[in-house]
This record gives sequence, structure tokens and C-alpha cells, in this order.
Amino acid sequence: MRQVYLDHAATTPLDPRVKEVMEPYMTDAYGNPSSFHSEGKKAKDAIDAARTSVAGVLGAHADEILFTSGGTESDNLAVLGIARAQGKGHIIASTIEHQAVMESVVHLEKKEGFEVTYVPVDKLGVVNPDDVEKALRPDTVLVTIMMANNEIGTIEPIAEIGNRIQKYRKAAGTKFPLFHTDACQAAGALDLNVEKLHVDLLTFNGSKIYGPKGVGALYVKRGIKLTPLIFGGAQEKGIRPGTENVAGIVGLAKALQIAEVEKASEAARLIPLREKLIKGILETIPKTRLNCHATERLPNNVNISIMDLEGEALLLYLDAQGVYASTGSACTSASLDPSHVILALGMPYEVAHGSIRFTLGRSTTAEDIDYVLEVLPPLVEKLRAMSPVRVDEKYYR
Amino acid sequence: MKNTIANMADVVSNDKTQSWFYSDIVREHFFHPKNFLETDAPEVEFNAMGKVGSPACGDELRVWMMVDPATEKIKKFWWRTFGCGSAIASTSIASVIVTENDGMTLENARKLKPQDIMERLGGLPPRKFHCSVLCDKALRDAINDYYRRSDQFDKIVNEAYRLIDPVAKVTDHDIEEAVLEGAQTLEAVQTKTKVGIGNPGILPAVEELIRFYREKYFG
Repeated sequence: MRQVYLDHAATTPLDPRVKEVMEPYMTDAYGNPSSFHSEGKKAKDAIDAARTSVAGVLGAHADEILFTSGGTESDNLAVLGIARAQGKGHIIASTIEHQAVMESVVHLEKKEGFEVTYVPVDKLGVVNPDDVEKALRPDTVLVTIMMANNEIGTIEPIAEIGNRIQKYRKAAGTKFPLFHTDACQAAGALDLNVEKLHVDLLTFNGSKIYGPKGVGALYVKRGIKLTPLIFGGAQEKGIRPGTENVAGIVGLAKALQIAEVEKASEAARLIPLREKLIKGILETIPKTRLNCHATERLPNNVNISIMDLEGEALLLYLDAQGVYASTGSACTSASLDPSHVILALGMPYEVAHGSIRFTLGRSTTAEDIDYVLEVLPPLVEKLRAMSPVRVDEKYYR
Repeated sequence: MKNTIANMADVVSNDKTQSWFYSDIVREHFFHPKNFLETDAPEVEFNAMGKVGSPACGDELRVWMMVDPATEKIKKFWWRTFGCGSAIASTSIASVIVTENDGMTLENARKLKPQDIMERLGGLPPRKFHCSVLCDKALRDAINDYYRRSDQFDKIVNEAYRLIDPVAKVTDHDIEEAVLEGAQTLEAVQTKTKVGIGNPGILPAVEELIRFYREKYFG
């Protein structure tokens, strides 16, 4: 049976070129980067080179890159680290943030006395920079808005929001608020230059860019104070102590390099495939809706609500046909609530329950898309035949 | 219940060669559901129907039955379900349970518990317990409907429990069970019962009940 992996937003396979550069650091070059001998030096040099390489892609200084255990930790460190360094204040976040940001913000709100403004998105999933600007207060310490959404692929106007925040700070003569963006989904698809984006902190990770899992990075602009989440050593300037994941860090840097080089060509290849899939589904299956922006979206993301059925059931039917998709974020599929992102678009629960996400990647071919378009309609028909629900068109148009 | 937590945990298939989220029986009933209503309801002959849930809470289930008036046994049982894999499978197997061996009497069918259905399925992932096994409720709704249609009003049994969420048909007893199973917060109780999801007006009452049962059982 054909196997079609369309869940690249959940994670990507490891690029063989990445694996190759990682391998020596799992076997021969096993030293601890903090050790005072040749083996340690070898490992330290590898980390330094990786840091410089990552900084190059981001247009940052090497000492502004912190390595972490992944996107979730980087998001947590950015949000909790900034907030706790200040102790109190106000935070602005969008309603469609990834759980790693959202739950950190909610924790600060519920348990640590911070006030939070959640800025909404429009029906296409886009944050309005005016809304962010209006929410700014003298005690706002942090604004955190994701660069591209993991479920619906919408690209947010980060540079414009960053620009407004910089102007606000200049006019008010303060260092705050700081601006963080979660770029886990954007890496490999969008320009991550931190100067152009006007961001102070930026999160990305390895597992979404054909790099290793369990490693990520946080860009922190010089002069910004962060309270660490964990304690126990001087690694990563004491903000992220613990013996470094040397192979992972080397792999992350290589993966980012490759993603940066291949970004434009890969986007040019994926966009027509994405459009083919969207068009194919919307045209052949009645009562379907594309969630989010038709153009301002990641090259690899297709998120569609299929009315009158429940997404998870469809997922399992697809799985039996060798098609691997998702109902939303892998981080939420363990919960039974419908996607907070689809609900944030103003869609009712019925529509959110029927949402399904296909995320394309480097291995995706036109034949894969043909195969999905061949197997999907009869599965939808079967589940609809079993369903008592008939969602009215007025609810999803 | 014979099932242990271990064999109900988020599960691989019994042959272990292919990891899957549900047991083989669930899989069979999910991919090859029995007795679902393929034609529109008016085209089949039925003398009772029941309904539970709404698409807003993620599961909706409707059932139609043909009861033999002489024996009051369930002769035919059709269903339609909007929901996840285990919701579909549990409804399918329930339709088999109530119609096999010449049909279950309404009296016995009323006693059917979610646990009975789950046992026949070979277990379900723990997070699927309450929310996907709704068919016993739809069944009892249909049984009452049969008695209503046949003018046997004395046999209608209104659930002794207080209905807290009329949409998801969650009772105070469901909430009590959820708390007993370790759900201590509104979020945890919602995960188990779907109470108030899509019906937030009732949440203050739910929170009050959770506090009541928490204090009752856990001091």
C-alpha cells in the first residue's frame, strides 16, 4: 500500500545530510564541552560553530543564540523567563498561539499575578497589528505572537507588529515591551532575519526542519534579562544549564542551513501541490471549507473542515489507507476539545470538530496528492452515511 | 470489570505487529460498522427512537428500534453516529448486543451499562470512557420513547439523576463518577464527560457540583 506522510507540521524525518554531520558527535567526539581537555574542546568547537551558523541565518550575534531541548522549552523560557525577570506586569498574546506559549501565558495569568490581553484573529486567522498596538500599556512586559500558525498555516504580520512595538518603545523611552515570536512552523519557509522582523526573541526547533528532535534554539537579543527555568551549571550563560546535546545542536545548525538554502525552491515546488490538494478537495467533496487565508499561508499547509463528520474518525480511516494526516496540533489530540485555533476563527464547534490538516514536505509528490484525492472522497461518504448530523451551510460560509 | 487498566491503556493491537490505538474488536466495528442506518429514517419501519449529544460537544448519536410488541424484545436496531472511532465502534457493538440471541428485552436493555459495552469491545483508551460510550443513554431514551408511543406511560423511567447538561445529557451522577475517578477540576471533568462544552451557561452549576463531590469523597 502507498504510504503518504502528510503531517510535516507535526514533525519531519531527519535529513540524511543532517544525520551525517551528527554521527561523529554520538560516537568519536563524545567529550563534554565544559571539560578542560582536547576531547572537551572538540565538542565545544562544534557547538560554537553551530551557534555561529545559526546566528548567521538569523542575522544575529552568536552570543544571542541559546540552545534548548526544543520548541516547547524555548517558548516557555521566552515567556516565563521574561515575565519572571520583571516579576509583574501585562502580557499580550494572540488567541491562536501554540500550547507551549498559550499554557505558559495562562500559567502566568492564573498563578503568578500577570495580566494578559489576548488579541483576536480575523476569520482568516490573521492578527491585526492595530489590535496589538491598542493593547499596549505602560506595564506591558511582553508581546508574543507566532510567526506562522501550526494548525492553519496563517502567516502573521510579525515585521509590522515588531515595527509598531519599536516605535511605541521609542516614544515612551522604555525597553519594554519585548517582542517574542514562535517561528517553529516558519523556519524553512519564511525569512527569519531578526532585524527585519523587529523581534527581541525568536523560537525555532529541529524537529520541524528535518533536523533532530529534542533540540531547539531561542534567539535572545543582547541585554535582555531572562530568569532561567532550570538550574545547575554555567552552560548557555547559565540560562539553560546542563551538558549540551552536542550532536543535536550540530544537527540543528545543519538542518537550518539546508532549510535556508532550499527555502525558495522548496516553496516554489510545494505551493502548486498545496493548491492542487485544496482545489481537489473543495471541488470533489461537497460541504467543505478551507480554514484560513488562501495565499498568506505556509507553502505546505492545508487545513480543511469537512462538515457532518468528526475529524478523528476520518483520520483513522485515512490511516488505514496509508495516508497520515492530523486533526490539528499533535499537542492537542490527546484532549477531546476541538481546536482552539479553528474556534478562534469564529467557527462553531461543529466546524472545528470536522477540521483536518494535511502538511506537505520534501518527500511529497504530485502522485501522493492524486492518491489522497482518490481515497478521501469515499471515506468521507462512508462517515457521512453513518452520521446523523447535517450542518447548515450558513454555519461555515 | 475484568479489564485491567493496563489492557485498557492507549493500546496496541492484540497481535502487536502493528501498533494501533484501539483493540481489534474496536477496529473491526469501526471499519465495518454493523446496523447503521443507510437509508433515511422514514424508509425503515421502527417504533421507537432515541437521541443523545450534539455535534457541538463532539458526539451525536441517534438510534431507531423495532420492538416486538408481544415480547418487548428489540428486533431491529439502527443508528447514526457523529463522533470519533470509539464512538462509532461502541454504537455498532451495542446494536449487536441488543439484537443478538433473538433480541434483548427492553427491561434488560435498560440495564445495559457503558462498562458492558466497553468490555465487549476489549477496552477503550481511558480518555474515551465517558464521552464516546453514549449509546446506553440513547438506548434508554429510545426505550422510553417506545413506552410513550405504546401508551405504557407507567413504564417510562425518568433517570433518577438530575440532568445538568441537557445537550450532552450529562447528569449529576456522571459528574460524581468523574470526580470519583480522579477528576478534580472543571477541565478534568469536562475531559471525561464533555459537560458544558458548547453550553457554557451551565458551568457555574458544574463547578459547584465538582466542589460538592470533591468535599464529599476527598474531604
